[in-house]
Order: sequence, then C-alpha cells, then structure tokens
Amino acid sequence: MDFLGLYNYWVFALLLSTGLYAVIAKANLVKKLIGIAIFQSAVFLLYITMDKVDGGTAPIIQAGAVDVIYSNPLPQVLILTAIVVGIATTALGLAIIVRISETYGTVEEDETQELDRE
Amino acid sequence: MITLFAVFLLTLLVITAFGIVRAQNLFVAVMLAGIFSLQMAAIFFILDAADVALTEAAVGAGISTVLFLGALALTVDEERPRPSARFLPLVVVAITTLAVIYATFEKPRLGDPNAPVHMHVAPWYLENTPTLIDIPNVVTAVLASFRGYDTFGEVFVIFTAGIGVMFVLGTPWSRLNADDVPSAETHGLRHHLIPRVVGRLLVPFIVLFGLYVQFHGEYGPGGGFQAGALIAAGIILYALLDGEAAALRAVPASWLAAMVAIGPLIYGAVGLAGIVLGGRFLDYSVLATDPVAGQHWGILLIEAGVGITVTGVMVSVFHAFAARASMR
Repeated sequence: MDFLGLYNYWVFALLLSTGLYAVIAKANLVKKLIGIAIFQSAVFLLYITMDKVDGGTAPIIQAGAVDVIYSNPLPQVLILTAIVVGIATTALGLAIIVRISETYGTVEEDETQELDRE
Repeated sequence: MITLFAVFLLTLLVITAFGIVRAQNLFVAVMLAGIFSLQMAAIFFILDAADVALTEAAVGAGISTVLFLGALALTVDEERPRPSARFLPLVVVAITTLAVIYATFEKPRLGDPNAPVHMHVAPWYLENTPTLIDIPNVVTAVLASFRGYDTFGEVFVIFTAGIGVMFVLGTPWSRLNADDVPSAETHGLRHHLIPRVVGRLLVPFIVLFGLYVQFHGEYGPGGGFQAGALIAAGIILYALLDGEAAALRAVPASWLAAMVAIGPLIYGAVGLAGIVLGGRFLDYSVLATDPVAGQHWGILLIEAGVGITVTGVMVSVFHAFAARASMR
C-alpha cells in the first residue's frame, strides 16, 4: 500500500519531465507550448493529490449529515483558477506563434534564429 | 477498486503524454492533448475535486483543443523531423525526474489526514463556511469570498491575456461585421451531416448547462470560471457548425468587447461598494442588512462578472484566430 500512496507523485514527476523535455528538446514552437501545458497539468496533479483525505468526499457541505469527512478545499480553489488562467496565457502564446509564423514563414526555432542572423 | 482505476488512469496519462511529445504530426499531438485533459479531469474527480474536474473538462478538452487547432490552421501541421538524437536534454530530464522522485519519499502518503496541508487554514474554512457564508460549496466560498482578492487578480490576468491576444492578432470587431465574414456555405461544417445534426442539438443544451453551472455554483460544483468556459465552448461549437457570421449575429462583436471589460468592472464595483457602505474592500457583509445575505449577494455578483469575462475573452480569442485565418 505504501507504493500506491506515492504513485500519484511519481506520475507527477514523469509528467513534469515529459513536459520539460518537450520544452528544451523540441524546436517546433507549437510543440514547446504543448510541453508547457503538460508541465502545467503535472503541477495541477500535484496540488489536487494533496487535497485528498482518506474516506473523504468533495467539500460541498451536506445539510444534516454528521461525521462526514471533507477533502481540503484550498488546493482546489488554487488550481481551479490556475486552469482558466493557464488557457488564457496559452492563447496569448499561440497568438505570438501565429505572428512569428507570418513573419518568418516557419515555427521551427533553429530556422527563425538562422533567419535572424542573415 | 477505485484505487485500481486511479492507477490505471494515471498510467494511461503518462503514456498519453509520451505519445504527445513523440507525435510528429501536430494535429495528432493536439487531439492527444485533448484526451490527456479528459483523463486528467477523471483523475481530479476521483481525488474529490469536482469543481476542478468540471473546469479541466470544459477548458482543457474543449476550448484549448479548438484554440490549438485554430493556431495550426495558421501555421504548419507537421513538425520537422530532427535526425540527430538529443542526449543532453534526455540526461537533464532523467536527472530531474530522479531528483523529484527522490523528494517524494518525504511526502505524506495519498489521503493521509494528518498531512501538513490539512492542518493549517483549511479546517477553519470547512468549519466556518456554514455560519459565516451559509453556502454548501466550500470551494466557491473560499474562491469568491474568503480569498476574493486572489480571484480578483485572476480575473485581471484573464482580462489582460485577452487584450494581449487582440493586440497581437488584431481586434476581431474592427473588421468583423457579420456581413463580410465568409458565410457557412464555404466555411463551417454545414455540409457534413453528422456534425451538423448532432452539433445543432447539443449547442442549446451546452449553453443551458453553462447557465445552470453559473447559478448553481454555490450549491454544487460550479461557478463563474466553469460556466464561462462552458458557454464559450457552446458558442464556439455554433461558430464551427454554422460559420462565424452566424455566431457573430448571435453574439455581436460589440457585445464581446463589452463582456471582456464587464467582469473586472463588476468585481471592482462590488469591492468599492463594500468601502462605500462602511466595510473593507471586497467585504460583502455590509452589502445587505444581514451579513450572510450580503455574502450571498456579493458572491452572486462577482461570479456573474467572472462568468461574463471568461465567456467574452474565450469567444473573442477564438474570433481573433478565425478572422486571421479567413483574411488569408
């Protein structure tokens, strides 16, 4: 059972490094942005993993119910807003990539650098 | 049983992430990213985060996929193959993974009720929400009232990002009158039977569900952020089916411009009303004679503002990408 108790965190570590790999190893800017999104999702998973309480339920208080254990609402609030803010910033990143593509004719990082040197 | 399901989903999540990074075709990568979000939403639900699961499903699997596809239509759809293997990034990433996994051995186990995160302020919120605010959903209470300042900041981030996209791509409403947008005959999915029939059936229900989520946010999972994303997804689906012109007739560009700004304005106005009525900024208790009723009013108003801004920004961003595509 000890192994299962940490499994979420290991998945977090793997997703984090998958996203990081896409950001540093891929030259395509759209791929880099998807990598950032995976990295971001990994952090969401870390926070939401911490909110869980054994035998708990979603933190919506049921009238008249006694002895109900509720999971922690605080990480949920943080991540809920972070998801929407994440998509807003991703949209901005995509808009910048579209303009780069229009100016350089490519979204591969090494090719835009090549064009800059000329 | 549920543990087994969670482990299965988490493993699938890692495989999907590897698939996204490996996919040469960017369309494949974007569709896999949508699947990734849906799996993530299921995991959030298993981990008792109903509100977050709803948001992730609406934003990650819905709007995010559409925006990425819109950007791909304007750029390229194939990643250029790289012949050389990249050992240095692999080594860096492997070391990072091992370091993070090593650090997890110190973490409290999943579901440990004595973990430090459950000791600090969270019990106070759970204990006092029924008396101070009297709404069942503690997540909404913390989001809209206890931590109202933070949410105010988040609304401004979304507002700023929306303005940023329009600065970079041009405002959709400056040249987008419903008349000079390509009509549904050439654009949209009108001529595909199945998306047309199924999509048209779904649009009103998506918007209705969005409104339910908006106004039921105090009692069940939901609130302005989720509702905004859902309603925007409904409008974007309508635009994809019947063409942008039809979507702009339904929600005119001038409305969108106003909607982007209305949210921060309502939020700030509610905050200032608190000061005028003798309380502190974003103190809703003074908004009505009964402090608890005041809290209800404050939460209702700012959630409405959040919902309007999120809808406005998401739909405007979609139109900004689409207008750029039809300009070509």
